[in-house]
Amino acid sequence: MSKHPTNGANSAPSQRPLRVSNAPAEADGVDTSPRVSEEVKHSTCYMCACRCGIDVHLVGGEVRYIQGNRDHPVNKGVLCAKGSAGIMQHLSPARLRKPLLRVGERGAGEFREIEWEEALQIATDRLSRIRSTDPKKLAFFTGRDQSQSLTGWWAQQFGTPNFAAHGGFCSVNMAAAGLYTVGGSFWEFGEPDWDNAKYFVLFGVAEDHDSNPIKIGLKKLKERGAKVLAVNPCRTGYNAIADEWVGIRPGTDGLFVLALVHELIRAGRVDLEYLVRYTNAHCLVIDNLGGADHGLFARDADGKILAWDKKKGAAVDALGAELEPALAGAVTVGGKRCVPVFQLIAERYSSPEYAPEAVAERCGVPAETIRRIAAELAHVAFEEAIELPIAWTDWAGRRHETMKGRPVAMHAMRGISAHSNGFHTCRSIHLLQVLLGTVEVPGGFRFKAPYPKPCPPGLKPAGKDGGKPNTPLSGAPLGFVEGPEDLLVDENGGPIRIDKAYSWQAPVAAHGLMHMVIANAWRGDPYPIDTLFMYMANMAWNSSMNTTGTIAMLTDRDEKGDYKIPFIIYSDAYYSETVAYADLVLPDTTYLERHDCISLLDRPISHADGPADAIRHPVVQPDRDVRPFQTVLLDLGARLGLPGMVNEDGGAKYADYADYIVNHERTPGIGPLAGWRGEDGDTFGRGASNPDQLKRYIDNGGFWQHELPEDARYYKMANRSYLDFAVHMGFLPKADQIVFQLYSEPLQRFRLAAEGHGDILPPQEERPRLIAAFDPLPIWYRPFEQAAVDGEAFPLSALTQRPMHMYHSWGSQNAWLRQITSQNRLFVHRKTAAGLGLVDDDWVWIESHHGRVKGQIRLVDGVNPDTVWTWNAIGKRRGAWMLKDGAGESEKGFLLNHAISEFLPGDDTHSNSDPVTGQAAWFDLRVRIKKCDPAALPRTEPRYPLLETPPGIPPAPKKLSFGAQFRRWRETAK
Amino acid sequence: MTQLPTSTEKSLGLVIDLDTCVGCQACVTSCKEWNTGGHMAPLTDYNPYEGGADGVWFNRVHTYEQEAANGCGHDRTVHFPRSCLHCDEPACVTVCPTGASYKRSSDGIVLVDEDKCIGCKLCSWACPYGAREMDMDVGVMKKCTLCIDRIYNENLPERDRVPACVAACPAGARHYGDLADPDSPVSRLVAERGGVDLMPEMGYRPVNKYLPPRDRERTGPAVTAPALESADPQGGFLGWLDGVLSR
Repeated sequence: MSKHPTNGANSAPSQRPLRVSNAPAEADGVDTSPRVSEEVKHSTCYMCACRCGIDVHLVGGEVRYIQGNRDHPVNKGVLCAKGSAGIMQHLSPARLRKPLLRVGERGAGEFREIEWEEALQIATDRLSRIRSTDPKKLAFFTGRDQSQSLTGWWAQQFGTPNFAAHGGFCSVNMAAAGLYTVGGSFWEFGEPDWDNAKYFVLFGVAEDHDSNPIKIGLKKLKERGAKVLAVNPCRTGYNAIADEWVGIRPGTDGLFVLALVHELIRAGRVDLEYLVRYTNAHCLVIDNLGGADHGLFARDADGKILAWDKKKGAAVDALGAELEPALAGAVTVGGKRCVPVFQLIAERYSSPEYAPEAVAERCGVPAETIRRIAAELAHVAFEEAIELPIAWTDWAGRRHETMKGRPVAMHAMRGISAHSNGFHTCRSIHLLQVLLGTVEVPGGFRFKAPYPKPCPPGLKPAGKDGGKPNTPLSGAPLGFVEGPEDLLVDENGGPIRIDKAYSWQAPVAAHGLMHMVIANAWRGDPYPIDTLFMYMANMAWNSSMNTTGTIAMLTDRDEKGDYKIPFIIYSDAYYSETVAYADLVLPDTTYLERHDCISLLDRPISHADGPADAIRHPVVQPDRDVRPFQTVLLDLGARLGLPGMVNEDGGAKYADYADYIVNHERTPGIGPLAGWRGEDGDTFGRGASNPDQLKRYIDNGGFWQHELPEDARYYKMANRSYLDFAVHMGFLPKADQIVFQLYSEPLQRFRLAAEGHGDILPPQEERPRLIAAFDPLPIWYRPFEQAAVDGEAFPLSALTQRPMHMYHSWGSQNAWLRQITSQNRLFVHRKTAAGLGLVDDDWVWIESHHGRVKGQIRLVDGVNPDTVWTWNAIGKRRGAWMLKDGAGESEKGFLLNHAISEFLPGDDTHSNSDPVTGQAAWFDLRVRIKKCDPAALPRTEPRYPLLETPPGIPPAPKKLSFGAQFRRWRETAK
Repeated sequence: MTQLPTSTEKSLGLVIDLDTCVGCQACVTSCKEWNTGGHMAPLTDYNPYEGGADGVWFNRVHTYEQEAANGCGHDRTVHFPRSCLHCDEPACVTVCPTGASYKRSSDGIVLVDEDKCIGCKLCSWACPYGAREMDMDVGVMKKCTLCIDRIYNENLPERDRVPACVAACPAGARHYGDLADPDSPVSRLVAERGGVDLMPEMGYRPVNKYLPPRDRERTGPAVTAPALESADPQGGFLGWLDGVLSR
């Protein structure tokens, strides 16, 4: 392992200290060398999901200053606006101070403070009863949780299949499409080769995912003169500095990408050698329309997938080495007509329906632009190819003298993900990357350990039996299905899970559907639950579709007068809107007061050059009666006697989360942290627990990083050196080549079931939708809401994005960040506004098929004219987050969520989600805007009653003079 | 009225690259957190948790759309960080009635001596760049110090002796150095990239420079790719696949 001796990202000569940095003589009495701090502690930021390394400067136990850790693999010393405002998050007046028990009506914010023992006893009594009767009556959903390896394991040991985190309403389309296609995905599982790419395409990235590495990378690209092309309806942030901005219509990216594919195939500009070596392009697909095997791969008697070897004139093991496979034509194997995958690809995408002229109007992008971009991609990939002088050995043991690269890199995120066609759109982008031969090659898109994994990873979701009393599930609740037999459905095809994940309505729901839990639990569909247990998820406000309806569901009672969702336990560090709807509140710490691990078992922070993980540790002590949620969860687990959380004598196995981080083993020798394993800390990856492990992390700056040898850094899917390493580390079960699945057989298996083949069949009413959506090759279809509503009545697409200074950040209670943005506007194209008789600063009603919300507009040119958008989650509920009534966030800030339904228009059986993955389709929203009555008050609607302040929380200060104490300390100490 | 030094030994300042600035506000809050505990501490915030929140900030970023030269609407969105430019002819200094505002003769940094400041605000009226920030709580005018308590600070590791905003900027859009030395890395950068003064017509001779966004037509990366020709213009489908491929 190595620690980079680096000066960090900003180390150009023009960014360094003066050559002589001694203070000059100047008789003004300025102290140029004041004391900075008494102590510096290294930890990991949690102001968003980026997880940068931070150096926290402390004075008298108080945080003086937070700066980026220059040695850290994620941020290399830089720090974003949120990270530098971490002090204000840590000192927020909205911090909860003690466990709370509801005493008033749900939603009123009336609580009494209770002791932790009472709180934990209430929770234990309730959860124990559920576990001993029907464990699925506990729905345990965590939000922007970075400890899903723990929380998922806890749910598994409890025995409820009803667990997920926020991925279902965030970006599961990206994760699932990536994992089913190339065995990795954008962001956490891969990254552009910033150092070698010459052409970079950014799709639908709303200033997010991930924060600092993209900014560092864009700077590198610009320095080298690479072209940056941004495809996004909104010209903000990264898109604003791109060399070319394609202001595409929302939800049409897939069509645009498939038109690029059309052009490449028309011109024969695809990397055929790459395709046969690393993908299933040559695998033979059975062509037996109407048969139960139609569209499945042709296999030999041993189950090996076949390809046609032109040299031998025979069908052979497709995944063997040294064959000369046919990519086109038809052959007869075992009496059946078969065609190679690439034949199907070429036939489909060379069709005129994908021609630039055919898609231009729908995409809002001229055909000549599409043709030019296709030509540019092909030119850079093939005429500007690069070659690194690094020899490597492939999976079959063949030595290659160089690493060939096609320097076209791509990155995509929520603008692709948050549509009901997002899974296929993301697969289309991966198809485009693979046809150009740019995945995991120099200059292209690179995997980050522990990825790539088999496509899909072998882990199946557990909980088919719905959970049995006092019994753990047989495995993790979340996983990857490969066919109908892996679904979590009952004998009638009905869902097992409360969110209907892994049902026929969302078969590939790898992250669950958190956005449907409250609606389904309220309706008792598929069954009522007893307790909803949530962590860090603002489901009573900005994390739910249909916020008004969700609030009503949380407070609705049955005929006996009981709440329809009987009990709600919620853990949060702050007085968010959702706290008011909990019956029991477990107050969490801030990120500077806790232990955490950023684990390879969870959501990794690796670099493409090697795996990395990190910790948080308490750099300051809480001044309130709060406990870290993960420690509380382990305590609850011990009280419930959950296997793995208790010793043989019944006592708690782990004292706290830190103890778990060091001593828990998921499989022998593999635990949450990979660094400094073994009793003496002299090994990594696999090894016994090391009692000094956390100290070793702290001494190393809070993180561990292993640098792969040069020959293992590219072609990881087929690189002997990397694959062997991955097996050693436990990333992969076997060192087999990972073959990219351009053609996805699992998708075809679901489609065959929908056509009536096999034993496990979907209900009749689901079949047409499944047949349409489960195409084994990428397709495009209109986003559901766009297709369902009247285009003339609702002529505009409506989007949200988070501002960079608040992306993934938890709350507007931050005194500094809210000074930058405390009111969101609806951004409207000037021409569109003119057509509607609107002028800048007008107040408008934003109306959808579902509901309406009032907001103020701002006119711009940098947006697709048929699209309006706003900053998300700026609008706050009156009284929440300890903001005084009248704050901009609740007076003028608004949530688009009020206009978004959790169900499809006119269909209350199907959620507003991608039909493959269940991904929440936030960006399918269609609206019209209407000028408000000028006499109406200039404030947002709907308007809610003011939330009461819970007991024990002092009022927020009228003035902050933060920092004055450090000046006094400095001047006194002199 | 306050005298300016006839010359300064150095002209320390910032160079800000508008081609890579993504408007993320990182420089804004890193400046705030350093300086609220720094030389002019605190940078007071008023009404921080209610309507009308406002505070003292030494650096702010504005985003606006720029009108295209060809009259085709606003064809570019620009993020524009704004802070004290440490001018060579700073009217904020010459207008100061007490000598509180001054320009250092050693490094050219413009500072405020809090003990001498009477809060008359003349300097904020004189500054055309809006770089002065009144701290109403203490009645003192505050402003960017170019992190004078960092750049020479012997209590910091040498590599950290740069302004907080330069260290934090994730897009690497901020540079720092001696703009009076034509051979300094920042001066060379300004020369290479055609760096400009902000509102030069005002005559204040700002030290800080801005690097303009690269012109997409002329200086942007050109990918001169020939149009894609059909692989098989005669229509013979997939004939181009006939070559021998080896797995």
